[in-house]
Amino acid sequence: MLHTRDIRVSYGMSEVIHGLSFGVGNNETLAIMGRNGMGKTTLFKALIGILPASGTIQFGTEEIIRRQPFERVKRGLAYVPQGRLVFGTLSVEENISAGLEATGRRSVPTDIYDLFPVLHDMRRRKAGNLSGGQQQQLAIARALATDPKVLLLDEPTEGIQPSIIKDLARTLNEIKRIRKISIVVSEQVLSFASDIADRMIVLDKGHIAFETAGDEIDAARISRHLTV
Amino acid sequence: MSGFTTQELFAIFAMQGFSGLSLFCVFLLMALGLAIIFGQMGVINMAHGEFMTLGAYLTYLVSVQAATLGEWALDAYFPVAIAVAFLGAFMLGYLVERFMIRHLYQRPLDTLLATWGLGLILQQLFRSIFGPREKTVTMPDWLLGSYSATDMIDIPLNGLFILAITILLSVALLVLLYRSRWGTKVRATTQNRTMANAAGINTDRVDRLTFALGCGTAGVAGAAFTTIASTGPTSGGQYIVDTFLVVVFGGAASLFGTIVSAFGIAQSQSILSFFWSGSMAKVFTLLTVVVILMFRPQGLFASKVRR
Repeated sequence: MLHTRDIRVSYGMSEVIHGLSFGVGNNETLAIMGRNGMGKTTLFKALIGILPASGTIQFGTEEIIRRQPFERVKRGLAYVPQGRLVFGTLSVEENISAGLEATGRRSVPTDIYDLFPVLHDMRRRKAGNLSGGQQQQLAIARALATDPKVLLLDEPTEGIQPSIIKDLARTLNEIKRIRKISIVVSEQVLSFASDIADRMIVLDKGHIAFETAGDEIDAARISRHLTV
Repeated sequence: MSGFTTQELFAIFAMQGFSGLSLFCVFLLMALGLAIIFGQMGVINMAHGEFMTLGAYLTYLVSVQAATLGEWALDAYFPVAIAVAFLGAFMLGYLVERFMIRHLYQRPLDTLLATWGLGLILQQLFRSIFGPREKTVTMPDWLLGSYSATDMIDIPLNGLFILAITILLSVALLVLLYRSRWGTKVRATTQNRTMANAAGINTDRVDRLTFALGCGTAGVAGAAFTTIASTGPTSGGQYIVDTFLVVVFGGAASLFGTIVSAFGIAQSQSILSFFWSGSMAKVFTLLTVVVILMFRPQGLFASKVRR
């Protein structure tokens, strides 16, 4: 569904992502693991198009590396940024409908509120006044409103309490099942990642350290890369 | 204020207050456009006054055309003139964004200078086309005269008319921004341009239309302006500083604040200028605004959310 070849991203003269190649298949969840500063967020920004990158990003059959972010969204790539970045002064409902722009649909699809009932109760509230966990749900809802084929989630567990992290994993699995979409998620929390991922890539200093899939996910080996 | 009876004072306040309302209308129409552009894109449009002048000259042109058509046309041309003024300023704004402003985002100082230069160019264009002498629009009969509320209070009809236009346009803008899908896009872009783009909004297009809409509003301000004064090449430029004052005082992100601040500034200038000279009234207003802004740098109204 989404395949990259030799992606490189630089800030000024210093290259931080050194030629990554990976892919995610249909209805598959790929977790990209790594400590802070290993390039996860940079990689995600390059995938959605906020940061310029070289190499190729193949989405379906199309090369999208030259496309602007909103054009990538229109084609079916959705982005939930680190730190959520909901539109604080807009109401919850307006936040979700900002995502509808890519689809041309007029009203919020009901399955979004089914997934996140709390957002329905609070739909008239300003998004900036929601709690961190609720804002995270809203950011996911906004991304789902664009009708994505691939959902990019950058550290969705950051700043969220452990009991809610469990719910989040359940919700993401449900989204994948109902909507038949692929998910690419960046994470530091191994337990959360193994709850949702079919495959994991471990990122170290802008390189892929190694890759594991399915049952053979080696918790001990990944943990070594996640702790300092 | 000695030498006036209470009744006279009341009449003075009522009439000056009303002429202040006409000033308020021009301020508000100008400031709404400026606030939308500034709030949305962070662009300080120094040529905003010239868009108002353009609207005023377009109104003049429509009135000249109407005069050749006969009496009935003179009675009915004004709504057409408003539409023409809006469209003319809207289209010029669209082109300016497309060919100039777009290349200068993230460079506030350059935008300031570039739009100031654009303002000068437009002023000279107006001078070359229409001549340096001020043009007066032929007013329809139904806009002349006044309504006598009491023996001492006369309220001019043209003032009532532009008040009605201003209210209509402000309500339309508020509905557009807060009740329409387009408004959601604009406000999302204002909040976080990068994220709005990554959420699927074509922010370049939103910018272009917002800038044009702000300019179109200034065009309507120009049409309203012709009913209270005659139009010269620099008519609009004279309002630019006051208009910025209104926007900053009201709080850049709040349209409601813009309305309140336009009202306050226009009224204090109008009423004070009856008792003192016009420039003293201006000095006093400015001082008050400066003092209030020292205590509330974010302006009168700012939206409250968690950060």
